[in-house]
Amino acid sequence: MDAEISLRVDGESHRLTVDTRTTLLDALRERLGNTSPKKGCDHGQCGACTVLLDGQRSLICLALAVAHDGAEITTADGLAPAGELHPVQQAFLEQDAFQCGYCTPGQVCSAVGVLDEVARGWPSHVTEDLTGDVELSDAEVSERMSGNLCRCAAYENITPAVQQAGAR
Amino acid sequence: MTDLLEPRAIGQSLVRRDGEQKVRGTATYAFETPVEHPAYAHPVQATIARGRVTAMDTAAAQALDGVLAVLTPFTAERLASVEDAEYAVLQSPDVAFRGQLIGVVVAETSEVARQAADAIAVTYAEQPHDSELRTDRPDLYAPEQVNAGHPTDVVDGDVEAAMRSAEVTVDHTYQTQMLHNNPIEPHATVALWEPGADVPLTLWDSTQGVHPDRAAVSEVFGLDEEQVRVVCPYVGGGFGSKGNPHANVMLTTMAARALPGRPVKLALTRQQMFFLTGYRTPTIQRMQLAADHRGRLQAIAIDVVEQTSKVKEFAEQTGVPTRMMYASPNRRSTHRLAPLDVPIPSWMRAPGECPGMFGPEVALDELAVELGIDPVRLRIVNEPEVDPDTGKPWSSRHLVECLRDGAHRFDWDSRGPGRRREGDWFVGCGVASSVYPTMRQATSTATVRHSNGRYTVEIGAADLGTGAWTILPQIAADALDADVADVEVRIGDTRYPTASVAGGSSGTNTWGSAIVQAAREFRGKYGADPRDGDEASGDVDQASPNEDHAAYAFGAQFAEVRVHADTGEIRLPRLLGVFACGRIINPRTARSQLIGGMTMGMSMALHENSVFDTRIGQVANHDLAEYHISVNADVQQIEAHWLDEHDPYVNVMGAKGIGEIGITGTAAAVVNAVHHATGVRVRSLPVTLDKLLPGLP
Repeated sequence: MDAEISLRVDGESHRLTVDTRTTLLDALRERLGNTSPKKGCDHGQCGACTVLLDGQRSLICLALAVAHDGAEITTADGLAPAGELHPVQQAFLEQDAFQCGYCTPGQVCSAVGVLDEVARGWPSHVTEDLTGDVELSDAEVSERMSGNLCRCAAYENITPAVQQAGAR
Repeated sequence: MTDLLEPRAIGQSLVRRDGEQKVRGTATYAFETPVEHPAYAHPVQATIARGRVTAMDTAAAQALDGVLAVLTPFTAERLASVEDAEYAVLQSPDVAFRGQLIGVVVAETSEVARQAADAIAVTYAEQPHDSELRTDRPDLYAPEQVNAGHPTDVVDGDVEAAMRSAEVTVDHTYQTQMLHNNPIEPHATVALWEPGADVPLTLWDSTQGVHPDRAAVSEVFGLDEEQVRVVCPYVGGGFGSKGNPHANVMLTTMAARALPGRPVKLALTRQQMFFLTGYRTPTIQRMQLAADHRGRLQAIAIDVVEQTSKVKEFAEQTGVPTRMMYASPNRRSTHRLAPLDVPIPSWMRAPGECPGMFGPEVALDELAVELGIDPVRLRIVNEPEVDPDTGKPWSSRHLVECLRDGAHRFDWDSRGPGRRREGDWFVGCGVASSVYPTMRQATSTATVRHSNGRYTVEIGAADLGTGAWTILPQIAADALDADVADVEVRIGDTRYPTASVAGGSSGTNTWGSAIVQAAREFRGKYGADPRDGDEASGDVDQASPNEDHAAYAFGAQFAEVRVHADTGEIRLPRLLGVFACGRIINPRTARSQLIGGMTMGMSMALHENSVFDTRIGQVANHDLAEYHISVNADVQQIEAHWLDEHDPYVNVMGAKGIGEIGITGTAAAVVNAVHHATGVRVRSLPVTLDKLLPGLP
C-alpha cells in the first residue's frame, strides 16, 4: 500500500509517495537520493542513520515514513551550507574523529543533539549533579555518544571532538 | 638497502583529503552511487544447515506487483567457472551451510524485493550437519599450507625432551572466539550489465581492491578483465571481509545479467553478513613453554586446532608468530583443521597474528608468574638476535625498546605484586608484545601525469579508512620533489592502473613503492621542468626487493584493568601501546589506525563473541544488539606512541604497515592484567564476568 507524504529535508520540501512499509531512512536514501544518513544495521542498533528529526537526534531506520508526514529533518549534509562546516564537523576533521567515514554523519548528528541536550541541562546515566549545569566531561560525552557504533574505533578522538565543538 | 626519501610532506599531520565529504555524508559508498532507475535485489538464504533444495515455489513471489526477476538454483545461468565453491552461486541445489544463498529476487523497490524473497516456499531434503569444533575430532587434518603461504607445521629440535628436562614449564590450552568483521557499511554492490557495450559489466562494489575484485568476477562469469569495470572510491570499513569478493557480489552480478540495462542494487542486511562475508575462526591453542630459572626459553610450541568450511578451505596461520617472536633452541608450530558444515571463514584484521599473539603472550605471562620474573624482563631475555624461523637478520627490530619505552610511559614499575584493591575494585596491569610482518605485494602500477604545474597520480588502490587518499599524495610529493598541494592522487577504479588488495598492511609499502618508481621514471624522462601531458609509469616490482632480511613491525601494549569485587564487572581505564613500525607517513591518520586496532583488540578481549549454536549450525547472536563491539563508553584512555624508526631495508619510504599491528597482543595484555588484578587466569576469550566470579576472593 502506498501513501503520499510531505517531508522537509535539509531545508527543502518534498512531496513523495512511499510504501507504508518504507522507513524514513529508506525514504531519504532510496526515494529522495539523500544518502547522508547511513544504513548499518536497519534495527536501531548502530546509530549510523542518526539525523535531527524535528530538532532531536533520532534513529530513522526505526521510523516509518508514513508516520512522519510533515516532519522536518536535518541530515549531516544539512548542518551547514555547501562549502562550510558545522563546528561539530570541523572538530571531527581536526581531531581525526573517523576513519572509514560510514558512521560519521550519524556521529555528527548525534553530537549536535548531545550538545543541545547538555545545553538544556538534560542529565544522563552518569550525571552526578542532577540540579546544576551538565559538564562536558569525558564520561558524560562517552555515555551520550555510546549509541553510535564506530567499528574503526575512533572513540578516543570522537570524545574530544564533541568537547571541542561544545566549548565554542 | 635503499636511500630513504627525504621527508618533506611525509611526516606531516595533514587532515584527510576526503574528510569534508565524510563529515557531511556526501562521500558515496557503493550502494549510494547515483544510478538511473535502479532495481533492488534481496537474497534468499537456506534455512537448513546441510542437505538439498528439492523445490522452490516462486509463484507467489512472481505474482507480486513490481517483481522483475526471481533466480533460483533451478533457473539461474550457468557460470563459466565454479572452481571456487564460494562463488558457485545458485549452481547446485546442494546446501553446505545454513544461510547459504539459494536465490535472489529483483524488484522495483527494496520493500517488494524483501517481501517476495520471504514469499518463496522452499522444500528441502535435510541431512544431519556437523558444526562443532573439538580437538578430539577424528577428521582433523593438516592443510597443505596455511594462509599467506606459510608451511602448516614447523619443527626444530625436540620440544618434548626440553619439556621433560626444563626447570620450569608451562603447558596450557588457550582459546580465541569466533569473531565477525562487521564493518559498519554492509557489503553492498550495484551491478549494471549492458550487453554490447565496450565494457558490458560495471560494478560499484564495496571492496578493499577493485582490481582483485574484477579478476574474480571476470573469471566466474567468463569475461575478459577489460569487459569489467569496478569502482569503489570509499569503503565503509572492511577489516579483511572486503578483501575478497564474497558470494553476494556474484549474486548481484547474476541478478543484473538477468535485467540488462538496469542497475541492480544489493546491500546485505547485518544479519545476512554473519553467514556470507567471512569471519575469524575460533582457535584452540595448546601452548608449551620450557625455560631455565632465569627465564630463557628452552622450548616453545603451539599446536593449533581451528575450523574451516567443508566447501572451501581457509586455514588461519595462527601458529606463525610463534615461529619468529622469541629465541628458543626447540620450537614447534602446527595447524590442524576441522572441516565443518559452517559458513566460510576468511580474513579478519591480522589473520594469524591476532589470535596467534593470544596464547603465546598469555603463556609467557604464566611463565613469568611461575618464575617470579617481571613479564617485561622475561620478553627481553628471550630477544632473538636473528629471525629464529629463517635465520635472516632483522631489517629492524625494536621490540625491546618498545617494551622499555612503554614501561616507562605507563609507570609499569609501580604496578606492585598484584591483587591490589581500591575500594570495591581490584586493580591490575598486564603487558604483551605485538607484531605484524611487513609485506609488499607483487603487482601494482602507478602513473604520474603533469599538467600546468600540477601532478596527477593514478593507481587503483583503496582507502577503507586507512588514509590512503591523504598519504599517497604525501609520498608522491616527496618522490616528485613537489608541493603536496600540487599533487592529486586518484584511486578506487579499475580505470586506473592495477593495484593490489588493501590487506596484509601492505598498501603503503606496495602502492607507495609503485608511486615512487613512477615519480622517478617521470623525473628521469622529463626532468624538473616537464611539459603538459608528460606521463610516466612505474611498477612495484622495479623497487628493490628485500629478500635478505626478516621485516616486521613490533610493539608492546600495556593494559590497566579494574574488576569489581562483588559483580566481576571489568573496566579498562588505560591501554597504552608503543610501536616500532618504520617511518610514519602521517601521524594524524597513523595514530587513528593504531588506536583503532588497539580498541578492536580490547573489544576482542572483553566484548566480541559470535556464539555458534551447533544444534542448528548458525551464529545465534547475529546482529549488533547481541554481537557486542566496544562502544564509546568502553574506551577511557587509549594511547598509541611510536619510536622514530628508520628502516632502510623495507622500502624507500622506510615505512612498515600499521593497519593491523594494533590488534595483536591486546587481548593478551588485558587477560594478563585481569590475572594481576584478581589472580584469575582466563584462558578463553572473551573475558566475561562469569569466568571471573567463581575465582574472586
